[in-house]
Amino acid sequence: MQTVDLQELGLRGVNAALHAQAADTNQTVWTIENAKGSHAIACGLDAPIEVTVKGSTGYYCGGMNQQATINIHGSAGPGTGENMMSGKIIIEGDASQYLGATAHGGMIVVKGNASSRCGISMKGVNIVVQGNIGHMSAFMGQSGNLVVCGDAGDALGDSCYEARFFVRGEVKSLGADCEKKEMREEHLTLLQGLLDEAGFDFKAEEFTRYGSARNLYNFDVDNAGAY
Amino acid sequence: MKSHDDKGIPHTSPRQSATFTQDVNSDIRRAAATGIYDIRGGGAKRKVPSFDDLLFMGASISRYPLEGYREKCETSVTIGGLHAENPIHLDIPITIAGMSFGALSGPAKEALGRGASAAGTSTTTGDGGMTPEERGHSNKLVYQYLPSRYGMNPDDLRKADAIEIVVGQGAKPGGGGMLLGQKISDRVAHMRNLPKGIDQRSACRHPDWTGPDDLEIKILELREITGWKVPIYVKVAGARPYYDTTLAIKAGADAVVLDGMQGGTAATQDVFIEHVGQPTLAIVRPAVQALQDLGMHRKVQLILSGGIRSGADVAKAMALGADAVAIGTAALIALGDNDPKWEAEYNALGTTAGAYDDWHEGKDPAGITTQDPELMKRFDPIEGGRRLKNYLKVMTLEAQTIARACGKNHLHNLEPEDLVALTMEAAAMAKVPLAGTDWYPGKPGTGF
Repeated sequence: MQTVDLQELGLRGVNAALHAQAADTNQTVWTIENAKGSHAIACGLDAPIEVTVKGSTGYYCGGMNQQATINIHGSAGPGTGENMMSGKIIIEGDASQYLGATAHGGMIVVKGNASSRCGISMKGVNIVVQGNIGHMSAFMGQSGNLVVCGDAGDALGDSCYEARFFVRGEVKSLGADCEKKEMREEHLTLLQGLLDEAGFDFKAEEFTRYGSARNLYNFDVDNAGAY
Repeated sequence: MKSHDDKGIPHTSPRQSATFTQDVNSDIRRAAATGIYDIRGGGAKRKVPSFDDLLFMGASISRYPLEGYREKCETSVTIGGLHAENPIHLDIPITIAGMSFGALSGPAKEALGRGASAAGTSTTTGDGGMTPEERGHSNKLVYQYLPSRYGMNPDDLRKADAIEIVVGQGAKPGGGGMLLGQKISDRVAHMRNLPKGIDQRSACRHPDWTGPDDLEIKILELREITGWKVPIYVKVAGARPYYDTTLAIKAGADAVVLDGMQGGTAATQDVFIEHVGQPTLAIVRPAVQALQDLGMHRKVQLILSGGIRSGADVAKAMALGADAVAIGTAALIALGDNDPKWEAEYNALGTTAGAYDDWHEGKDPAGITTQDPELMKRFDPIEGGRRLKNYLKVMTLEAQTIARACGKNHLHNLEPEDLVALTMEAAAMAKVPLAGTDWYPGKPGTGF
């Protein structure tokens, strides 16, 4: 296992070392100590390595991640996992706003709560939150799945496209063009798989599905009042 | 028309209103018939103070000129040397502005790459990601990082020669965009992770940052992902150029791209294009002032865009302090957009060559702003690239002609002292004397 001290090596030194790992590297397990809320830790990784960050992180930890698994042993700052393509990010604490913004793939697991705009403009990522999420989550969500084991704040899924939302608790309000959907067998199978992968002991049957009513997909002046 | 009534009393001449012009009346009739505002492409069509209101004085006894075709007049520019390991070196200071695959066809993007590369300059992606055609044919490609993040991925990011974080666009400061469903082909839909045929909204602000403090962190992240190798530009609309330029520099930008209201867009509301933003002439001096106040002029490069058409415009932008310019609409015209040879088809669309601006509808007779396979066949990317290269060469020669006449051996040596203004407005905006005086508004005269 490789252990690096962020304060000693500096952000550039740590990220350069992680970026240098090839797909067949033997150095597959890394620990970053003394994170101290630094920004852009372990962003732009592109190798099947496992990185554990000790402490809380600032903005954009794991940004644009490909292949890597990143464990954050603390809370995560804004934009964690933004535009992630693949791999996995596991946050032991809470996540700040814009979690997984525009992320295309992979999975983000939050063991605490996630703040506002969780999954904003998501493009294929799977986000599973054990606690609650804040307002305007999954705004303009294009595809992927957002699973919330607690409650969702105001305006869930506003102006969403084909992203799916599964909420176990209460939804304070739904955003424009977001509606409650029928939970069919394929959704139960999909959701149970996501919960199992995230390691959360909930039953898919306890959740409600939400998604786009598709009324705003093509501009119609008669819908102008909905915006 | 009768000039008298039946009693022989003269009629007054019919008088058109200066307020309710025929154009205004047609807008009202269209709005009344449809219930929706007018969407179009292009930039501001209204007349605004522009580079046409400036003149170079040329050499005289106090300054001597350089010999045309003999004495050297350099045109190269390096962008991004402040922070990036690999700054961009361009042979000419005229770049191709960001235009999306989606708004433009694949072959049109290829032609932009071909023409720019042959002329020794860069081209820029747009809202919709990087296409192999464009990357393959562009020696220097700037990758736009936009609010929508359509097609954004780290593999393409690392293929870019520079990254341009787009905050705003001159045609619509504060506005996002909408690519209407009729232009969403299978390929466009796939690149944007959305179903075919639905309207694709481009967000007006970034999903994961707001404000200058966040921008600094976003720039840090992009530099870390790309190993601090490539320059990072920040593109802003001509809204508050002094403050926006200041904030972009403080956030760590290598270059600022500043886009005036004559700059085009693929599509937005006509009212937005015509009534929000500032003319290109009005924004350059405040931006240069910001660079100078921070001691960053010529260290952080200023790329000016919005209605640049000729070598004279290039030279005037340089003289006012820009390091380079970017062209969009002019490049499309060079490729063949709005060519009179398609006049009959423009007429059938209810317009005429030169006025066609419904680029969002995907019916472009020239086959450039379309995803229709039949219309696209009309456009040859090799010929288009050749035409763009020629145009860029001509603009460069024109700018050199003016610079030599002003005694300058590099376009960057042009200076405000080479210019006079034809109007009070232009004098005030460019901070150069009104022709025949030593004065501009805001500056006391010295009496020569």
